[in-house]
Amino acid sequence: MSPSSTPDWSAVRAQFPILSQVQSNGQPLIYLDNAASSQKPQAVIDALVRYYTHDNANVHRGLYELSARATDQYERARGRVAQFIGAEENEIIFTRGTTEGVNLIAHAWCSKNLRAGDVILLTELEHHSNLIPWQLAAQRHGATLRFVPVLDETGAPDPTALPAMLTPEVKLFAFVHISNSLGTIHPAEEWCALARSRGIATLVDGAQSAGHIPVNVKDLGCDFYVLGGHKMCAPTGIGALYGRAEMLDELPPFHGGGEMIESVRYDRATYRAAPARFEAGTPNIAGAIVLAAACDYLDGIGIGHIAARDEALTRRMVDALNSINGVRAIGPEGPRGALSSFVMEGVHPHDLVTAASEYGLALRGGHHCTQPLMKKLKLPGTARASLYFYNTEAEIDRMAEILTAIRKYFA
Amino acid sequence: MNPLDELYQAVILEHSRRPRNNGPQPVPPAFHAEGVNPSCGDEIEVWVNFTEDGKIGKVTFQGQGCAISQSAASIMTVKTAGRSVEEARAMLTGFHEIVSTEIDPDMDRFGELAVFAGVRQFPARVKCAMLGWRALEQALNRSEASVTTE
Repeated sequence: MSPSSTPDWSAVRAQFPILSQVQSNGQPLIYLDNAASSQKPQAVIDALVRYYTHDNANVHRGLYELSARATDQYERARGRVAQFIGAEENEIIFTRGTTEGVNLIAHAWCSKNLRAGDVILLTELEHHSNLIPWQLAAQRHGATLRFVPVLDETGAPDPTALPAMLTPEVKLFAFVHISNSLGTIHPAEEWCALARSRGIATLVDGAQSAGHIPVNVKDLGCDFYVLGGHKMCAPTGIGALYGRAEMLDELPPFHGGGEMIESVRYDRATYRAAPARFEAGTPNIAGAIVLAAACDYLDGIGIGHIAARDEALTRRMVDALNSINGVRAIGPEGPRGALSSFVMEGVHPHDLVTAASEYGLALRGGHHCTQPLMKKLKLPGTARASLYFYNTEAEIDRMAEILTAIRKYFA
Repeated sequence: MNPLDELYQAVILEHSRRPRNNGPQPVPPAFHAEGVNPSCGDEIEVWVNFTEDGKIGKVTFQGQGCAISQSAASIMTVKTAGRSVEEARAMLTGFHEIVSTEIDPDMDRFGELAVFAGVRQFPARVKCAMLGWRALEQALNRSEASVTTE
């Protein structure tokens, strides 16, 4: 399959063994919770098995063949992930996931740069993972948080607000690239350029954009970009933080331990350059290598094709939701991430999701780790259906049938 | 009966659509407590008014949540009114048993509460059923506090 020709999507789907299962009551699985975690293709599962079958050893210190091989694969994985998002190899730090990436910057960057009275700017759409680390950092340093307001249920940011909010006391602007609860796609390039022109550092939360749309961190112009592997066909427990080389080089360590040091005495130590400085202890070697395999897999299909597939399926899904009596899709009218939150009149999202599960349909219900946003929009949570390229038109049509039946059940 | 019908019994759906004793009571004389389910964000506030002889007078609740949490709280307000604190605590223990164990719920002892036995097939929903009861437990201690179902 070459990235230039449109993939055979049913053949692609067949590469995901988990998707062909039936649930305990005999219903075929319809997996529409991809914004929470994606499924894994056989090629990725095989890469994990291959590593533990043939190549497993600790990295960076073993002077024997197996360790050299593991080290080589681990470091090549760094280069592969860098290539996937348009970064340089030394700009990629392996993390446990998106959340750890944000926490790393909220510690290392803030301890060097944040002072009492400073402001960290966020948006009202942030996932708790891009909110709580900044709350904690603000508490540590006597700084405050401000939020770019979201207008309404369409998830659109107030277009006039940002320029006026990037004031001199703002030192860092951290925002979600694609909202996990509403699907809003923020104009990351424009925002990063504006922030940079005023000397404000930027962090882009790429949890829902990596693996879904083409991402090039140099084009985005951000200082930091965080992603999690398990939402892009890799295992849980592995993610990556991109940091612009000049930024990383001047940051103090996050965790202390082995691997990140240059020379150690009992009372002090010197640290290695980035990225090693930020990877204390034995890393998730298999995770990194398999994340690289996931990058290979996704690039094999072509991120452009994946984005187009996401878009077509999402349009069908939003139309399907809005066509159901008593159901209202929430989120942007135009382009959006591969997901839709929705509410069903008279039916709480948790009852809806429990009922959907009886039909084999996996949805998410609740506040989607965006509690303040739900409060602001006066929603008692929403149900959410989220897609990836292996979902099918037939699954979306079946989802609509199931939701219609659920609406009747609770009416 | 399929698991969904066992979970959403007619009585449960009826109480969720038309919750009883819904709304705040003045504090004081009533004691007030709040239950929060962090995994879904559901919140239920409970008010308990005691009679002069120390029994539970009126119990009311207010909150937003799923059919299970709303109906469980609604039925709780009906069942605990007029009972002693000890009786209400025993009822809470029994209710927890009904929603979370394999033990046959004692229909004679718990009557209408037994309709919640279907919850046991949905472990993720036990917290929903317990939310109002946990807040009540707090109010029975006559302490202003917020509890979570984690």
